[in-house]
Amino acid sequence: MPGLPSMNVNGKAVSADVEPRTLLVEFLRDDLGLTGTHVGCDTGQCGACTVLVNGMAVKACTVLAAQVAGANITTIEGLAAPDGTLHPMQAAFKECHGLQCGFCTPGMVLSAIDLVKRHPGASEETIRSELEGNFCRCTGYQNIVLAVKQGAAAMSR
Amino acid sequence: MTATASPIGQSIRRKEDVRFLTGAGQYTNDITARHTTHAYFLRSPHAHATIRGIDTSRAKSAPSVLAIFTGEDLVGVGGLPCGWLITGTDGKPMAEPPHPVLARGKVRYVGDPVALVIAESLHQAKDAAELIDVDYDTHPAVVNGIEALRHGAPQLHDVAPNNKCYTWALGDPTAVDAAFAKAAHVTKLEIYNNRLIPNAIEPRAAMAVHSRSDDSYTLHVANQNPHLERLLVSAFVLGLPEHKVRVIAPDVGGGFGSKIYLYPEETAMMWASKQVNRPITWVAERSESFLSDAHGRDHTTHAELALDKDGKFLALRVHTNANVGAYLSTFASCVPTILYATLLAGQYTTPAIFCEVTAVFTNTAPVDAYRGAGRPEATYVVERIVHQAAVEMGIAQDEIRRRNFIRTFPYQTPVALVYDTGAYEPSLDEAMKAANVAGFAKRKAEAEKRGKLRGLGYAAYIEACGIAPSNIAGALGARAGLFEAGTVRVNPTGSVTVMTGSHSHGQGHETTFAQVVAGRLGIPVDNVDIVHGDTGRIPFGMGTYGSRSLAVGGSAIVKALDKIIAKGKKIAAHLLEASDADIEFRDGKYTVVGTDRAKAFGEVAFAAYVPHNYPLATLEPGLEETAFYDPTNFTFPAGTHIAEVEIDTETGVVSLVDFTACDDFGTIINPMIVEGQVHGGLAQGIGQALLENCVYDPESGQLLTGSYMDYAMPRADDLPKFKVSNTVTPCTHNPLGAKGCGEAGAIGAPAAVMNAVMDALASAGVKHLDMPASPHRVWQALRAARA
Repeated sequence: MPGLPSMNVNGKAVSADVEPRTLLVEFLRDDLGLTGTHVGCDTGQCGACTVLVNGMAVKACTVLAAQVAGANITTIEGLAAPDGTLHPMQAAFKECHGLQCGFCTPGMVLSAIDLVKRHPGASEETIRSELEGNFCRCTGYQNIVLAVKQGAAAMSR
Repeated sequence: MTATASPIGQSIRRKEDVRFLTGAGQYTNDITARHTTHAYFLRSPHAHATIRGIDTSRAKSAPSVLAIFTGEDLVGVGGLPCGWLITGTDGKPMAEPPHPVLARGKVRYVGDPVALVIAESLHQAKDAAELIDVDYDTHPAVVNGIEALRHGAPQLHDVAPNNKCYTWALGDPTAVDAAFAKAAHVTKLEIYNNRLIPNAIEPRAAMAVHSRSDDSYTLHVANQNPHLERLLVSAFVLGLPEHKVRVIAPDVGGGFGSKIYLYPEETAMMWASKQVNRPITWVAERSESFLSDAHGRDHTTHAELALDKDGKFLALRVHTNANVGAYLSTFASCVPTILYATLLAGQYTTPAIFCEVTAVFTNTAPVDAYRGAGRPEATYVVERIVHQAAVEMGIAQDEIRRRNFIRTFPYQTPVALVYDTGAYEPSLDEAMKAANVAGFAKRKAEAEKRGKLRGLGYAAYIEACGIAPSNIAGALGARAGLFEAGTVRVNPTGSVTVMTGSHSHGQGHETTFAQVVAGRLGIPVDNVDIVHGDTGRIPFGMGTYGSRSLAVGGSAIVKALDKIIAKGKKIAAHLLEASDADIEFRDGKYTVVGTDRAKAFGEVAFAAYVPHNYPLATLEPGLEETAFYDPTNFTFPAGTHIAEVEIDTETGVVSLVDFTACDDFGTIINPMIVEGQVHGGLAQGIGQALLENCVYDPESGQLLTGSYMDYAMPRADDLPKFKVSNTVTPCTHNPLGAKGCGEAGAIGAPAAVMNAVMDALASAGVKHLDMPASPHRVWQALRAARA
């Protein structure tokens, strides 16, 4: 029985005719062409597929598209301003060299935004422990932690 | 155009970041062809079995299945080649068993690909794969390199009796024996360098497209060296004309070595794309990555160090068993030999060294180069045994190293290499200062009051990067060249497009290389674009591995820039009505020496493409040059890493409380990027020492660490804030003075961390511990020592 999830993705109402077993990440990538959301492990551990569902960080490989019908979804493509101005967290990642190959980056940035909302002014220790659901194999996390701190400060301004 | 401050040595923010930060990166699986089909690989669930038969009839009639291929269907398809021929001590070439693209006759590891299913959707391909009936006759498996050599062990390949690939040796055993005979002290060490799974966060992926219009193929693939991939897949395996194959490695989400190699999946897909006359797309699931990406390390080593009464090293003797897995991966054979034994001198004047390596086939995934490749294994041997010798002889850890440092260069080691330059004591001194070694005793005492054991560990490592020159590598068995190519295209408006054979998969070449070009030409960095990863756009290239990109690829670009500048001089001389010899190029301007008459670089470029006032009789129009650069020697980055740990004796938990690295990478173009490379390498090295471990079940040969629930990847809260600094002795034989920085962290960190762990555990009586120093192992070691 094909489902017809409709939801709001990056401010646009969308819907598509997909199989019930379609994961949110598959829906975003394959049906909407939003390939910025990456699949790194398909087992809910690496966090590369993290998106915001109603403002909360969710791993898009662990939920079905049908489960988030009606929700507001933000992917990495929806963060920057329409004129291209980066979100403060995106800008901080660039400024602090918080990314190398870029594959974990979209999930990392969206997790960081969720983290900052829940822990404004988080300490380095809190940031490190809150990021444990997101793997990065390139950076050793040091500059990511720096970026989250700097992004948090910029978001509070 | 105004002269800009030189970008060399500046931490310029990366040009590639915006696309990665906005979801605009184009990784292989983000690229789709119209009407693409989807591939799924059915893999062996057994470590060792004979295939009695494969029945694909039910699967073939499943909905939307286009084709199913097994090994028997791949008629005319060769085996996957190994790129380095090692000749054994018996004078015979290594055993090189056939490595079929899809299993034929036998499967030899869990994950060995058995059938390729192509369907309209991935779900349909997977559903159909479940309907394939493979009749396996299972055999006992062997997963350990030592066990595989024992009499009666299961035999993997007919052409490799006793599972032996080769026994190879380097050095002078007679000189070593003589030195041991007169030694005042001998230190012995048995160590296991644990098997690792690379785990780039982007899984391997490919898309193969055959074009009927000109019988050509385009392969998009997550790969570190597209030209090498093209050469191997076309000439060596599929028998296709090289010019009919285009390989594109677009944005690649990390490699660490694992994406150097030609793998079965993309090879089978290329072949099949013509058969089904449709594009084919595939991306590995993470569980497939665990099973089938080339693994790293897996050395079992017995080492002995002979010392005189003052702690001077007299000789080193090393015997290593290297587990290469079920088949020889692309560069598997050179990692435990050429890239390992040659590094056993380390930073020291050890006059006699002998190393014998036996490479062994087992029922495990193929093992190949993983970040550092042979050099972390060598550093681990040298720095662990030096640590232990210092303990045994009662010499301070820094002092024993100082007594043995090489101090004059060039230095010929007894294991073939000639170090061109270096300065090891300044790195040691700076690392000790940054690590506040002077305050360690106090910190240790304070930890003891809290019931914790605290330890300090050193690793003074060396690595050999930018493997070269090609002719010597060839004499040692390399089946490929080791140069790099670069093309500099100056566009008519003065902007520059550079085609490089190096590949960037996180290293930031688009920024660093642009800085090199902008610095030489005196133009803004934003006016330079770097193109990489496409055999259709780049003349040639050998790709990125072994920390070679800047030292070799960057040098090729510099050579091309020299040609550009020289040609520009001739154009400028014409425009300025002066002789070539009177023109100098500086800060982006061609000037008649001693005058203020000048032409900007952009004006010269424009003249080259609009040659109205131009020496057409003697000079071709246009401004584009290509250069190939074959280094005359390796480069030798080196440094000292210092780890400080605290161990909870109740739980066995090792906390890495501090990590300091002082590295000498020669000239640095972008300090921010270099520091990032060190951070990443350290994380992987620390991961090896404390967390990561690939384990196969010794009976069944099943991979026990096949997911992120079982294989401990370093997370943000596992790592400390690293203290990173540099000393600089420029490389003497490349035009940039650069040595390479990508692997240093992974090379130095394991030994530094384990030496710190051993230092902490010494007072508890623990004498031996292998990586990873997990809480379980540390707790067990403490219990055993107490008993």
